[in-house]
Amino acid sequence: MNLSNNPLLWVTFLPLAGALLVALLPDARRSWIRWTAMAAALATFAASLWLLAGFDPSSGQMQMVIQVPWLRVAGISIDFALGVDGITLLMVLLTAFLVPLAMLSAWSGVRERVKGFMILFLLLETGLIGVFLALDLVLFYIFWEFTLVPMYFLIGLWGYSRRIYAALKFFIFTMFGSLLMLLAIIFMGLQAGTFNYTDLLAQRELFAGAQLWLFFAFALAFAIKVPMFPLHTWLPDAHVEAPTAGSVILAGIMLKMGAYGFLRYNLPLFPEATLRAAPWLAGLAVVGILYGAATAFAQKDAKRLVAYSSVSHLGFVMLGIFALTQQSVAGGVLQMVNHGLSTGALFLVVGMLYERRHTRDMAAYGGIWKVVPVLGALMLAVVLSSAALPGTNGFVGEFTILLGSFGAPALGTPWFAGLATVGVILAAVYLLHLYERLFLGPLTHEENRQMPDLNLREVLILVPILVMVFWIGLYPQPFLDLINPSVETLLQSVLPAAVAMH
Amino acid sequence: MSINDFLAILPVLVVLVTGVLVMVADVFLPEGRKGIAALLSGLGLAAGLGAALAAVPSTGTAFAGMVVADGFSLFLDALFAAVGLVGIGLAYDYFKRMRLQRGEYYTLLLFSIGGMMLMGHANDLVMFFLALELLSIPLYILSGFFRARLASQEAALKYFLLGAFSSGFVLYGIAMVFGGTASINLEGIVAAVRDGSANLTFLLVGAALLVVGFAFKVSAVPFHAWTPDVYEGAPSPLTGFMSSATKAAGFAALIRLLLVVFPALGENLAPVVSGLAALTMIAGNLIALVQTNIKRLLAYSSIAHAGYLLIGLVAVNSSAAGDAVAAMLFYLVGYAIANLGAWSVVVAAEQAEGRGLELEDYSGLGRKYPWLGVAMLVFMLSFIGVPLTLGFWGKLYLFRVALESGLFGLAVIGIAASLVSAYYYLRVVVYMFFRDGEGVARRDVWLNLIAIGSAAAVVLMALVPGDLLQVAAQAVLRVP
Repeated sequence: MNLSNNPLLWVTFLPLAGALLVALLPDARRSWIRWTAMAAALATFAASLWLLAGFDPSSGQMQMVIQVPWLRVAGISIDFALGVDGITLLMVLLTAFLVPLAMLSAWSGVRERVKGFMILFLLLETGLIGVFLALDLVLFYIFWEFTLVPMYFLIGLWGYSRRIYAALKFFIFTMFGSLLMLLAIIFMGLQAGTFNYTDLLAQRELFAGAQLWLFFAFALAFAIKVPMFPLHTWLPDAHVEAPTAGSVILAGIMLKMGAYGFLRYNLPLFPEATLRAAPWLAGLAVVGILYGAATAFAQKDAKRLVAYSSVSHLGFVMLGIFALTQQSVAGGVLQMVNHGLSTGALFLVVGMLYERRHTRDMAAYGGIWKVVPVLGALMLAVVLSSAALPGTNGFVGEFTILLGSFGAPALGTPWFAGLATVGVILAAVYLLHLYERLFLGPLTHEENRQMPDLNLREVLILVPILVMVFWIGLYPQPFLDLINPSVETLLQSVLPAAVAMH
Repeated sequence: MSINDFLAILPVLVVLVTGVLVMVADVFLPEGRKGIAALLSGLGLAAGLGAALAAVPSTGTAFAGMVVADGFSLFLDALFAAVGLVGIGLAYDYFKRMRLQRGEYYTLLLFSIGGMMLMGHANDLVMFFLALELLSIPLYILSGFFRARLASQEAALKYFLLGAFSSGFVLYGIAMVFGGTASINLEGIVAAVRDGSANLTFLLVGAALLVVGFAFKVSAVPFHAWTPDVYEGAPSPLTGFMSSATKAAGFAALIRLLLVVFPALGENLAPVVSGLAALTMIAGNLIALVQTNIKRLLAYSSIAHAGYLLIGLVAVNSSAAGDAVAAMLFYLVGYAIANLGAWSVVVAAEQAEGRGLELEDYSGLGRKYPWLGVAMLVFMLSFIGVPLTLGFWGKLYLFRVALESGLFGLAVIGIAASLVSAYYYLRVVVYMFFRDGEGVARRDVWLNLIAIGSAAAVVLMALVPGDLLQVAAQAVLRVP
């Protein structure tokens, strides 16, 4: 096995190499630092495209698997194992796509300690990609926990006024969930004699007796990360206090770690527990959709509104996952990507407004459409995509999820999907409300008259995202082609357990 | 008595003889040249470390079965010598700065290290007591090394009184065990238990008293009351050394003793040790939450870590005994490295007259001294158990043992306690990086070397922990 030819290694460790390189540059050379970091992020994106090129979309199995024994803890080996399937691939592409854009958004916003910022950002990227690619549970846990540290510092060092509180809350909430998961991982390793994902999957009946507990331990970790109602309270604080680039990564990618964890670990490893828990988790998802939407509507702070909209949107993803039909899960995966793009873009736009006026209070804006038409037009597209207007990515994702979960046998009743549909309407309400408060109506504040419109850099950040928004909205087939075989494989390993149960 | 008897405890002898040499040499050293004493001590410890690593000592019992040399004791010899070396590195610049550079510090430190090493070798209850006193008495004196400072005197007195008290427990326990089994030798005790001639009630009472006595040394709750005061009052370099090494010595004694008596008394003793573990984890971490002084914070942190280690001690009772001992040794090493590193930062930040020890004083320190700051961050993350640090593997290994032995409750308490600990360890990071302040730190080459070297060790060894795990796994006990 020639490892240097494997794009998985490159895509995982290029950001780390970039971080080390940046660390060697002198502090004062800010533009060197910025460009080196950007080069590393773009190289990672290129590597992720290389990964896409080498990927066989017709198979739903793990591909390009790397498996190297790493160490043994008292007789149980821990592997350095990476692999990719359609779901993973999309997540990696999303990460590699968003990181350079987020970095670009910090180009002028972050002036102090640029070096530390870029190092942490690249470390974070390695951690995130590792979470998606890891095929050994201990390795997964290591990447999973490792992402906490750079994000903690991004919030704590470059965040806004309540940053220390938000950073600590973020760290401790996430750690609370993952520690129980660690116990579950050790338990499974002891039962099966391995931590390798593929081997554990093949021998899942060895720990089937405890699967309700194990499911719970994993689900807690992931539900906090998603976040699912009522474990979401860390999210508004972390999102609001984080710097824009941090919010983009937090919403765009880190929340997906939770949903991805459910898909990769909970569903196939504990199928019976999944089926039992499905209505409950789908119920929480629906509550999250409605609660998130209602709370978002009540916000005065634009960034907080976007944060709560995440709670609502991720509810759709979770509903899709736990409806457990081919269509709903595929829609859920697509919606993970969509949310990353749309909400990422929303945070970027709100960040751009903040850079101009240094407030996120919606009342400080109003009628600025005439002053900043380019920003207004781009934001309108972003808002509509987030509100799932037909023709945008959000529509495809949410529609597929709802369609797939209406008749889902795992849920047994169309009520879940029915109530979730109300969430689609509510999303339109709060998002258009946001847009209206910011851009429409008469210009209420004189100081906004001088607001500069977007510069080229800012347009360059938003345009790639919007291209993806409309691509997925108008022609989602290539994405669904990537998703479907993997989802099929996944559900094949879950559903036989359903037959056994009924 | 043959040459083999001496070879068996060669590292101990090297260290003790160096101690005597330093004491003599110190008399001839002029004021201001006391660094030579530090150098001599360092050389002696390096020789002891070399002897332990090269495994020169012959294995087996020696001195008529009073001491034993096996993988376990060799591992500990190496650990104590290494911790001692770092301890000298911590002390050298500090005492020069505090105008207290004296040779006897190093002599006493060496005697104490000798006692700790002997603890790992002890195979006889009287030997345990001898080792205990040899390691403790120099530490009582050293705690009061700042003769002019009230807190230091208080620390010494408190440590001495409670220490003497715990020695009493140990002695009484020894008497009880002797009464129950008519033997003070570990093999003899095992034999008496096996052939049924032992009085199990006396043995149980004796074992419980011994556990209490050594629980003082590892500062397990509720025998921890001395720890914060002594750690705060004693000179910082000594506290760093003490919190790493004394704990390991106490656990060495507990492991060997319990491994011997557990087969007979497991049912009775395991709940006691479990209770100690749970209490220590909970109380240590909870009280640490409200500390504002870095020395007290690290004192409670050291109590908390004793709690995690006690989980392993309970598991010594199970079929996973070998793994339990290996996990504890691994954890002790990981803790010692991170702990010494953290104390090197404390020593660097401490100002004259005991100022610079409040968390407030750490404001902005991490930004001003990025290397020191990043090192401290690594230590704190290792204490929490975040991956890519030795602390993570230590906890993984310990919790694995706990689950394997069916100690689910303790594992869950350990997890919850780790979560609580994240809050106070991160507070240190918050002060160092997220707040502005006027904190200053000493730039001493040895302190920087210890801080950065320990941080590098914590991270790099975490990438390839396999080797250390292997060494720890091989260092399991020769069960008599």
